[in-house]
Amino acid sequence: MLSALLLFAAVLGIILFLASRVRGKRSDNAVGYLYLLPVVLMLAVGLVYPGLRTIYESFFDARGSAFIGIDNYKTIFTDHDQLVVLANTIIWVVIVPLLATAIGLVYAILVDRSRFESFAKALIFLPMAISMVAAGVIWKFMYEYRVDQPNVKQIGLINQIIVWLGGKPVQLLITDTFKLNTLLLIVVFIWIQAGFAMTVLSAAIKAIPDDIVEAARLDGVNPWSMFVKITLPSVRPTIVVVLTTIAIGTLKVFDVVRTMTGGNFNTSVIANEFYSQLIRADNQGLAAALAVVLFVLVTPIVFYNIRQVRQEA
Amino acid sequence: MFGHSGSSRSRVALAGALSVGLAFSLTACGGDDKDESGATTDTAASSIDCAQFSQFGDLKGKTVSVYTGIVTPEDTPHKKSYEPFEKCTGATVKYEGDKAFETQVLVRAKAGNPPDVAFVPQPGLLKQLVDTGKAVEAPKEVADNVDKWWGKDWKAYGTVNGKFYAAPLGANVKSFVWYSPKEFAEKGYTVPTTLDELKQLSDKIAATGSKPWCAGIGSGDATGWPVTDWVEDFMLRLSGPDTYDKWVKHELPFNGPESTAAWNAVGDYLKNDKYVNGGLGDVKSVASTTFQDAGLQILEGTCSLHRQASFYAANFTKGTDISKDGDIFAFYLPGKDTTTKPVLGGGEFTLAFADRPEVKAFQYYLSTDTWANVKAKASTGWVSANKGLKVENLSSPIDQLSAQTLQDPAAQFRFDGSDMMPAAVGSNAFWKQATAWITGQDTTATVNNIENAWPKK
Repeated sequence: MLSALLLFAAVLGIILFLASRVRGKRSDNAVGYLYLLPVVLMLAVGLVYPGLRTIYESFFDARGSAFIGIDNYKTIFTDHDQLVVLANTIIWVVIVPLLATAIGLVYAILVDRSRFESFAKALIFLPMAISMVAAGVIWKFMYEYRVDQPNVKQIGLINQIIVWLGGKPVQLLITDTFKLNTLLLIVVFIWIQAGFAMTVLSAAIKAIPDDIVEAARLDGVNPWSMFVKITLPSVRPTIVVVLTTIAIGTLKVFDVVRTMTGGNFNTSVIANEFYSQLIRADNQGLAAALAVVLFVLVTPIVFYNIRQVRQEA
Repeated sequence: MFGHSGSSRSRVALAGALSVGLAFSLTACGGDDKDESGATTDTAASSIDCAQFSQFGDLKGKTVSVYTGIVTPEDTPHKKSYEPFEKCTGATVKYEGDKAFETQVLVRAKAGNPPDVAFVPQPGLLKQLVDTGKAVEAPKEVADNVDKWWGKDWKAYGTVNGKFYAAPLGANVKSFVWYSPKEFAEKGYTVPTTLDELKQLSDKIAATGSKPWCAGIGSGDATGWPVTDWVEDFMLRLSGPDTYDKWVKHELPFNGPESTAAWNAVGDYLKNDKYVNGGLGDVKSVASTTFQDAGLQILEGTCSLHRQASFYAANFTKGTDISKDGDIFAFYLPGKDTTTKPVLGGGEFTLAFADRPEVKAFQYYLSTDTWANVKAKASTGWVSANKGLKVENLSSPIDQLSAQTLQDPAAQFRFDGSDMMPAAVGSNAFWKQATAWITGQDTTATVNNIENAWPKK
């Protein structure tokens, strides 16, 4: 540890020393590239090489010793359990970005320029500050089930509400009819992400030029047309960025699932399955293949996201 | 592209100073392991015979590093039990407890940075560690000790590819059923001595309108493991230890008749609405209740029986009377009849990665009856299968029961099977499928799925 840090300090010192020695007309660019060098090196060692290595390992068996071609990928797309994992991931990546963005947008418009705007925004933004594991624990208590007996009280809020309404408590996190438990996990993630969507979209709404809004008001548009014809087109690029950013986060969802169900009861997603295969099942090849699939799924969204951000700037 | 400002010389000096400063400040956060322990019993410093270490030469000033998954609070008695060894030899034992031991120890062994000694909790992991080529065989002195103090079955668990590597250390008994002696006395129930009697007792309690059993298999992402113990216990009882061994080694298919019979026998208890889940709900609540919580229902009076290992004693609040006539105690999960006594259990093994004299001396010490008794005096909730362990040195009644169960000459000890199966089965498919089985999947589909998960040879 100490030697690594000293090495880091030394490398930094050397780079800065070299930078101070550069002279001449092109010196600015040279210095710039010199400063980029450590980052490029670190990315190469910490990201590019492991990435390539993972792709390589995904064509090998559990122990990483025998080449088995595309068998791991076959498993992912044919095995019943793995297909459930894929289906769940798709459900997540479709529902979460749409709902979180929609909720964030509606909320941003509703509280815009109201008297208690900052307070209202703080309320929905707070979950962002909670770690996903903590959010999982909190919501696990929300969904908690206690036996339906006269002397036993429900401790989970949702089941207590069901009881107040005259129903019987439900084993919420175990019931996978109509994907109920997966949807309940998705609620947790939306709860976390909506605040992010709201914040970014609120800033975009505030950036709509006042004269456009004024002109529309003078023309006497109703609030709905205002939303459809003015607000929405103005914040469209931001909506795309928010959607794609949340989609990237959703594809990688792991903590919520692992904390709340451990991937049991048909709730597993790719990242969680990858973890179980690597750490628990000791299947390096399948884990690597799952990681590659995740990478392939996330790449187009990342590219699209970057392109949008650039267009906006 | 980049701005250029300030005097370059001074910038270099400043940056250099900053980064070095940063380096030092970060290393200051390194770990000094503080030894925090509430309860200390000063029994470990009892005198032992120092002459036995002379065969290893002068060890003064030498250090042995130990790496283990045993963390606070169980680590304190361990450290205390090394003191006599340290006093005798002048060597120091450096103890490192880590919750992530099971994954980390493999990483460290593969990376060529293993500890001197590791306490390995599973024969499967032991084999993986030996396969890295970094482990060393146990010295002759240790092998002699193991021959003397342990049964052949235990020695076999520390043996890989015909070579003896690891002496047993601690042990636990899994074939226990927790119950309330007070409740039994009150209602006139007797402790069953055969599986049939266990069934009759369950029916008798069920006839009174309360559910006899409570069970919970929830354990985060390890949900399902308690079912594996149930299935292994019934596999041992219905088909015998020899068949059990073949089943663990996969010489018998997992979806064969013996295995299916064991699952069905477990299902008669765990998937039986008349029997479970006392005070917790229907059969499905077995999957949603954590294993720590399930047995506590006995104290609530909503359930009477809970099958769980000896270490479950730690889950009862301080002050609970855990004894033969107390609020809670355990009885041995009976065999098919009174003539056989299969015992399912677990334990950890001492594996060395170095053969320096001080390491050998430490391994030797841990494999003696001397250490077992020193350790027994220093701790509660700990037993060993070491035959030299004197039961009166154990402080708690449940530890004494565990030791008696392990030392019983009639006992046929078998190690937790899922711990010996390949990880794809033992810590993945077996757990997951057992969980699906509790929530409604039928037995045939369950055993077929686990069979299919078995790595192809």
